[in-house]
Amino acid sequence: MTKRKQSAAEALELVKSGDTILVGGFGLIGAPLTLIDELTKKDVAGLTIVSNNLGESGKGLGILLNQGKIKKGIGSYFTSNRDVGDKYQAGEIELELLPQGTLAESIRAGGAGLGGYYTTTGVGTALAEGKEEREIDGVPYILEKAIRADVALIRAHKADTLGNLVYYKTARNFNPLMATAAKTVIVEVDEIVEPGELNPEEVVTPHLFVDAIIEAKQVLTKEGVVSV
Amino acid sequence: MTTMTKQEMQHMIAERVAKELKGPMSVNLGIGIPTLVAEYMEDDDIYLHTENGLLGVTDVEEEDIDPNLVNAGKLPVGEAVGAAYFNSSESFAMIRGGHVDAAILGALQVDERGVIANWAVPGKNIMGVGGAMDLLVGAKKVYVTMTHTSKDGSPKLLKECTYPITSTRSVDMIFTELAVFEVTEDKQLRLVELMPGATIEEVREKTEAAFIE
Repeated sequence: MTKRKQSAAEALELVKSGDTILVGGFGLIGAPLTLIDELTKKDVAGLTIVSNNLGESGKGLGILLNQGKIKKGIGSYFTSNRDVGDKYQAGEIELELLPQGTLAESIRAGGAGLGGYYTTTGVGTALAEGKEEREIDGVPYILEKAIRADVALIRAHKADTLGNLVYYKTARNFNPLMATAAKTVIVEVDEIVEPGELNPEEVVTPHLFVDAIIEAKQVLTKEGVVSV
Repeated sequence: MTTMTKQEMQHMIAERVAKELKGPMSVNLGIGIPTLVAEYMEDDDIYLHTENGLLGVTDVEEEDIDPNLVNAGKLPVGEAVGAAYFNSSESFAMIRGGHVDAAILGALQVDERGVIANWAVPGKNIMGVGGAMDLLVGAKKVYVTMTHTSKDGSPKLLKECTYPITSTRSVDMIFTELAVFEVTEDKQLRLVELMPGATIEEVREKTEAAFIE
């Protein structure tokens, strides 16, 4: 069986309005730019996007934001796209800000079948407001809920047709976590190979997490995002 | 009075913090002045951690820039000998779990117990926190670098922070262009040294927080 799809449109067939979507990447680095580009062409609205940033102004998720397709953003650093502040000010988008380690761990917990976890991060700050506080062995913690989603859009370096994934340098970031925490996991890669061509010791995401794979058509280069 | 440019001040602060770093150790550098610290580290046995997933950050020549190899400020970096990549959850397990020896961070305000505010300004939309709160609770040592006063000349070392705090944890040391302070075990600021060209009168005048001389 192959999970290879012929186009981004085919891979995104299951995505619908109102979905919660995990999107990998740290800014544009490790972001699934081909799948995001296809999402901007798809007739969907009211999306909740879980991603460290909402792209940059007019780039990556920034395009989706400007189209008004995002109802809510959950992330740690929206500062990198000034349009997010404008949309928020205008009441056009809801935002949930989490410390970066909490964002990562909540997704990890979601993928691991946990309801949530207690963390010291954020205790006593404005981001702890409304969260249950509990002392464990004399240390105060707050409860953070796990994050799960309908869809995950992932950027990896290589995949085999079964869906085993390897990543590339700091483009890994949130991708392996997000690949565990959604009902449908869609991946774009630089290269798709046959089973047996990846060393099992180097596989970071085992194939059972993955549903669909495409080849990347939009890639980040030194000169910016280009079509290949 | 000092007549340095802002850039000279930043480099002087970075050079001074670098003297605190003795290997073997792992260090996370924040954005701004902390990033400059790497230029002044003399010990080869210091491993730089960046929260976007690399232990073993080094500088990179223009021709070797890889768009997929960046630090937390999204600036291009290189891969040191012995480097390792990992995902964001492992990266923050290193930070929150107390495995990173030191974090060097910027701050907007520091109170007289060494509690800092560095992620939000009242009256503006709160748009980003990044890894600041995780580093504050988890790094074994936290060193703060900042200019002694804000642009309008008002003190940043205050009795109480007026901006939202980043953590209830006190930092370990504070480095400005005028002085170095440490936070004592009973959570008081103690002046450790004056920076070149600074006088105790100037430090007193530009510091609202109480400190031990």
